[in-house]
Amino acid sequence: MTLPPCYTNPEPDDESPADPSRRSFVIGSAAATAAALISPILGAAPATAETPPKSDPNAVAVVLDVNGKRHELRLDPRTTLLDALREHLDLTGTKKGCDQGACGACTVLVDGKRINSCLTLAVMNSGKAITTIEGLASNGRLNPVQAAFIRNDGFQCGYCTSGQICSAVALLREGHTHSDDEIREWMSGNICRCGAYPGIVAAIREAANARV
Amino acid sequence: MIPIIGEPHDRVDGRQKVTGEARYAAENNLPNLAYAVLVTSTIPAGSIAAIDAAAAKSAPGVISVISHLNAPKLPDTGGQQQESNAAEHHHMPFSDDSVHYVGQAVAAVVADTFEHATHAAGLVRVNYRPTPARIVMEEHRSDAKERQGNAPATFSKGDAEGALASAPVKVDQVYRIPYEHHNQMEPHALVAAWDGDRLTVHDSAQNIFTTRQTLAKAFGVPTESVRVMSPFVGGAFGSKGSAWPHVFIAVMAARMVRRPVKIALTRRQAYFSNGHRPLTEQRVALGATADGKLVAMIHEGIGQTNTVCDYVEGFTSPTRSMYATPNVRVAHRVVELDLPSPTYMRAPGENPGMYALESAMDEMAYALKIDPIQLRVLNHADDDPANGKPWSSKSIKECYAQGAERFGWPRRTSEPRSMRDGRQLIGLGMASATYPSHRAPASARAVMHRDGNVDVSSGTHEMGMGTATVMAQLAAETLGVPFERVTFRYGDTTLPRAPISAGSLTVASVGSAVFAASSQLKRKVIDLATADASSPLNGTDPNDIDAADGKLTLKSDPSRGEAYAAILRRHYLDTMDAAADEKPEPNDPYSARAFGAVFAEVGVDPDLGIVRVRRIVAAFAGGRILNAKTARSQYHGGIIQGIGMALLEQTHLDRNLGAFTNVNLAENLVPVNADVRSIDVILVPEDDPHVNPIGAKGIGEIGIVGVAPAIANAVYHATGKRVRDLPITIEKLL
Repeated sequence: MTLPPCYTNPEPDDESPADPSRRSFVIGSAAATAAALISPILGAAPATAETPPKSDPNAVAVVLDVNGKRHELRLDPRTTLLDALREHLDLTGTKKGCDQGACGACTVLVDGKRINSCLTLAVMNSGKAITTIEGLASNGRLNPVQAAFIRNDGFQCGYCTSGQICSAVALLREGHTHSDDEIREWMSGNICRCGAYPGIVAAIREAANARV
Repeated sequence: MIPIIGEPHDRVDGRQKVTGEARYAAENNLPNLAYAVLVTSTIPAGSIAAIDAAAAKSAPGVISVISHLNAPKLPDTGGQQQESNAAEHHHMPFSDDSVHYVGQAVAAVVADTFEHATHAAGLVRVNYRPTPARIVMEEHRSDAKERQGNAPATFSKGDAEGALASAPVKVDQVYRIPYEHHNQMEPHALVAAWDGDRLTVHDSAQNIFTTRQTLAKAFGVPTESVRVMSPFVGGAFGSKGSAWPHVFIAVMAARMVRRPVKIALTRRQAYFSNGHRPLTEQRVALGATADGKLVAMIHEGIGQTNTVCDYVEGFTSPTRSMYATPNVRVAHRVVELDLPSPTYMRAPGENPGMYALESAMDEMAYALKIDPIQLRVLNHADDDPANGKPWSSKSIKECYAQGAERFGWPRRTSEPRSMRDGRQLIGLGMASATYPSHRAPASARAVMHRDGNVDVSSGTHEMGMGTATVMAQLAAETLGVPFERVTFRYGDTTLPRAPISAGSLTVASVGSAVFAASSQLKRKVIDLATADASSPLNGTDPNDIDAADGKLTLKSDPSRGEAYAAILRRHYLDTMDAAADEKPEPNDPYSARAFGAVFAEVGVDPDLGIVRVRRIVAAFAGGRILNAKTARSQYHGGIIQGIGMALLEQTHLDRNLGAFTNVNLAENLVPVNADVRSIDVILVPEDDPHVNPIGAKGIGEIGIVGVAPAIANAVYHATGKRVRDLPITIEKLL
């Protein structure tokens, strides 16, 4: 289901007595109200898909283009891209492992390049094309890298997997797949504590071979 | 019926994990969610003099600041004997002003957003009254005490001291393992929500049923009112078996602010308040005859603990059972320091203990000038030396033989520094591995639907071991239905009760229950068919009926049979089900352990001291293997953590501040992809009719055991330097 391009969060549920600040909360754009009205007609706006916006006097407007969908948000300017995805857009496939750029679990693609989404603020990514793990499969068909990770058992607990796969997708484009050692070197920004590295390397090798 | 080495099916949760659909604890963004961020202590010992929360309280979005000044006092829920898993049950969070270690939660700020809570947590001012702290274990050796842990602290037989004194060949050394952290990728997190007196917790946990009981006790509500869910766990390795302080704080905060509360610990916080493998200092003394028979074994030493937890690192456990010798004395003691709580970490006891023992065995082989494998075979324990019981099965000699052959052990020249590849010094080393086979009570339910699909459930956990996959396989094979038709549900306390997922006991425990429930379900349908005049199986002997591919067939006449689904349909049954509660025999006549042999090849740069593990070959015999693919991955994971333990992992302690210092994943080194080259795992087939109904011994822990000593022994072979102090870093070789 595709949301209308003007889509933002629906009006928060008014029945939140424990949060009086909600009462005075005004959604910043008319588009939001429109979306709230349109969504039910389209059968859209699942209540849990995006958490209600939080009240914040310092919030700034941010437009994020994620997996081809445009999201207008009002965010605390300190919000990282990672937290915007996870806490505000409910795109929880991108993982928070260290929040310090050291583990790679939060890797996403921004304008095609792999980055640690914990090291960039959401506001810095307005207008850029962001691809997360949720955007790699198309129409239910897995990206070849995703399928290769399953076949080669390139994960155990699954928590680093989104980052590994986003990294691997970029790696294939970068062309650093000439040998297993090259794959290992260029995938070393993504830690897997379960130790699925042999499967990860096998999966990437397989996906790389399938491309040529 | 069930093969000894099972089909390498892909993981059933694979698609959810590669698409990002798998939802972990912190990802339950409930409506009206509030965020709690912890304020943690900066002194190792003393008390809180004052908390100034005024600035925090008036910061944007803040709902509440919670500390011992306003928190409800939670009762001590007891330790393991009271079926509680509160890790620090001697000091429940916010119960008083006392401080026991750096990083202890002293306050929590609850706010409407993560950013607001994080900002306000930084505004809370805490003043302390510090008292002198006990920080350095070596300075408090004389205070070491015996504490009851999982294994008794001492064991002895014969006269170890006397036999050692008169032994013609001796090795007597001290080995040291530093503080190490689990570093699982998902930091501890939970979302807690109250609805009246009903509590729902989305936790990242290895032990949901005990957490449920513990929370019910702590908050004074019936156990049935608490539901704990943990369908996906982003790694644990022992660090999520207990309810750590943040679990109580989130539940308390949710009650106080009357909103669902999320706590997702920062990576830094998780280094202080969620357990670690404690520092241990272990003496191993071996005495042998000139022809290599061990006559004395002494293994004793100390490990760090503190006064708020019960944990004891039982590193002498493997020494009691590993080799045959008439004279043994072991003792592991603890030193209580003002440091964070240690806890179980992959292969607790066995892993640190085998590092010391298997290093000493290598030293003994050199002292005797005999082959390290030969020394181990010479001292093979045919029965369990700890109790004299026969082994349920033991295939370590096959592991030595198959591993040595695959590795190319015979081409090793035993002299240190005798093998080279260009400039690189090459070292080949080996070590034994072992881990006991545990089993705990577990329940399961199996439901067959009239369309032939089967639901099997047990409230166990999936931290990546492959539990969900192998349980579905086990049910499919037992019932004789296609694998794809079985769904296994887990990770929820509304399901049949399962034990902690730890100690490599899940397959033995939960598997036995799944096997029993599936077998009973099959028998129920068979009984229905054989008594049914319309069934082609009417009147036949139930024991003469086989099940395969969703169909029951007469063994003696395969033309007679019918599908499960047809039987249910004809009886107008939507479902048939069976439930099983399984527990181990109380007086097991057998001792049960998995065994293995690990072989490592290292290359050492002679000028720079850089060690690279070029390859590992490991042979393990762990009874029945339910899925060759996920089993291999489990072993890989253990071996890779073993590489980290040997060469990289250590959490540094500031000896003045009492604080761990390298508390991030950039400085707390674990293996990355480029650290891992060739790993070759041999699954040695082993049919064990005694260990448990399905014959599986457990594989999660043993993969790490023996890896660090095999690498340390290889480094000695390469360089002639015996490093007895992990990790083996460059400066120790120069």
